[in-house]
Amino acid sequence: MKFEGTDSYVTTRDLTLAVNAANVLQRPLLIKGEPGTGKTMLAEEVARALGLPLFQWHIKSTTKAQQGLYEYDAVSRLRDSQLGDPRVEDIAHYIVHGVLWQAFECDQPSVVLIDEIDKADIEFPNDLLRELDRMEFYCYELHRTVKAKHRPLIIITSNNEKELPDAFLRRCFFHYIRFPDKETMTRIVDVHFPTLKRDLLREALEVFFQLREVPGLKKKPSTSELIDWLKLLLAEDIPPEALRAKEAKDAIPPLHGALLKNEQDVHLFERIAFMARRKP
Amino acid sequence: MLVDFFLHLKARQLPVSTKELLALLEALAARLVSGSLDDFYLLSRAIMVKDEALYDRFDRAFGEYFRGVEALPGLDAMVPAEWLELAARRHLSEEDRLKLQKLGYEKLFEQLKARLAEQKERHAGGSKWIGTAGTSPYGHGGYHPEGVRIGGESAGNRTAVKVWEKREFRNLDDSVELGVRNIKVALRRLRRFARKGAATELDLDGTITGTARNGGWLDLQMRPERHNAIKVLLFLDIGGSMDDHIQTCEELFSAARSEFKHLEHFYFHNCVYEGVWKDNRRRHDEKMATWDVIHSYGPDYKLVFVGDASMSPYEIARPGGSIEYWNEESGAVWMERLLNTWRHAVWLNPIAEEHWGYTPSIHMLQELMGKRMFPLTIDGLERAMRSLSR
Repeated sequence: MKFEGTDSYVTTRDLTLAVNAANVLQRPLLIKGEPGTGKTMLAEEVARALGLPLFQWHIKSTTKAQQGLYEYDAVSRLRDSQLGDPRVEDIAHYIVHGVLWQAFECDQPSVVLIDEIDKADIEFPNDLLRELDRMEFYCYELHRTVKAKHRPLIIITSNNEKELPDAFLRRCFFHYIRFPDKETMTRIVDVHFPTLKRDLLREALEVFFQLREVPGLKKKPSTSELIDWLKLLLAEDIPPEALRAKEAKDAIPPLHGALLKNEQDVHLFERIAFMARRKP
Repeated sequence: MLVDFFLHLKARQLPVSTKELLALLEALAARLVSGSLDDFYLLSRAIMVKDEALYDRFDRAFGEYFRGVEALPGLDAMVPAEWLELAARRHLSEEDRLKLQKLGYEKLFEQLKARLAEQKERHAGGSKWIGTAGTSPYGHGGYHPEGVRIGGESAGNRTAVKVWEKREFRNLDDSVELGVRNIKVALRRLRRFARKGAATELDLDGTITGTARNGGWLDLQMRPERHNAIKVLLFLDIGGSMDDHIQTCEELFSAARSEFKHLEHFYFHNCVYEGVWKDNRRRHDEKMATWDVIHSYGPDYKLVFVGDASMSPYEIARPGGSIEYWNEESGAVWMERLLNTWRHAVWLNPIAEEHWGYTPSIHMLQELMGKRMFPLTIDGLERAMRSLSR
């Protein structure tokens, strides 16, 4: 079973190779890249293409590694004991299964997404070393080891906010999603808007890549913003000529709010456009 | 197999471990890639490199290792067997040479010669002929453990060599790029959380233990919230030669501001003497005695100097050396006082490390700091933070 991209997700050769290597050798795959390059989407699309169930674990700054395994809901048990509920006798009622437990007990291979691992505490990846390596953990309350029936394909995304520990990195394969070049970008847009008029697309991409070149932008527009912008252009039915900025009176592309998300950036851009317009 | 390649990466200071080499061999054994150097490059990168900042270094190392295979004359030239043998010897490891059993040196070159004679036209693909992008041991653009590359135009418009020789990841190398965000990430090394202050958070575990001990009656336990407990004193050199570095310093300052709850900053000019100031516009009216600073902040503060340390050596060594006024005691005396008060200290220098040797005052301060001067790059910041957290 090989992953080759899907009808709604365009991959490059290096990405498919990394995914397949991780899948065949059963190692976790760590994905980094600029925001909006489809890191999180990847797990969904891999699961869909391979026909496997997907378990998602979105990490926040307060997430603990233990929560991915299981949690002991002591408060419910305490309440039940005060109310005299007979369920209180069996501790298993109060063990809440985490994402990894669910994936380990799944009757078929699965895909696990650990999203934005860098948001968690610095020690978080270290707490998962054995679980990712051996795909098993010990549940103290039930006195038993939970072992993966089928080793899941684990996809981990990171935005580079924290450095990940070496011991953790050693166990992963790694791929950095580069910002797509024009050719790949055309394919991506084709996938999302198959009916988009070709010249509108060409003009839009032209504007988009020029915009990414503007020096000093705080947040460069990314793929997901391009797609939002194209949606707007289509909805407003803007003719391709309107995008041709050089001759047009105003050099600001229509609906640029979808591309620039930062007040200072919009300001900077308008100023540059204004200066460009003053040139004869 | 591939041990030489692995050691080459190690020698080029890529942090690779045996575990990764074994994973790569496992991947090759699983036939994940078949006979393309392109794919081999991508696969080995996914397995061996864990940080996009190292992609550029990997590209270079990969290029170096596989370049030799290119440095052979073109097909049109007659290829003397000795050349090939020499080149192949240079690029095959001991193990690989042993593995050459199935073809053997003599045979390899005999075949090559025979094919050179047989081959009438250009050939691409395939597994037997000399040409491009095949699995034949001859030619280029392909992958075969015993392959010998024969120069010429590359296969297609995106050959393996081009991918790594473009060095697209150069600007991700961490010795270059520096922005507020990167600085923040580097500064985060210093984070150390501790619980301090008023008890405002429900301590669930404590409450449960307490309740159990209470025989089932609720016993609420509270505890203080977690904070970053690191305290930093920042001394910034301002004016004069520092004007060139204003942007870098601003970025560092704004990053440090949001990263540390306890951050105090002071300005000085060139070297610290008996007075420092907090607001540069009113530096002459609102000067604060350095003694007061020493007495106000406890030894748990960490001391960070930012400055180019470029001045006349007299400004450090002699009383009265300051260019602004008459200082009773020399800069070196004041530096020592500060360093004795705060054990954890570093100096960040916006001047590139390789130029430090040309300025005597940098050398003097480096000695005063006990070699704890670091360049103001991401890499330097990280080293500095590591030194501070020791």
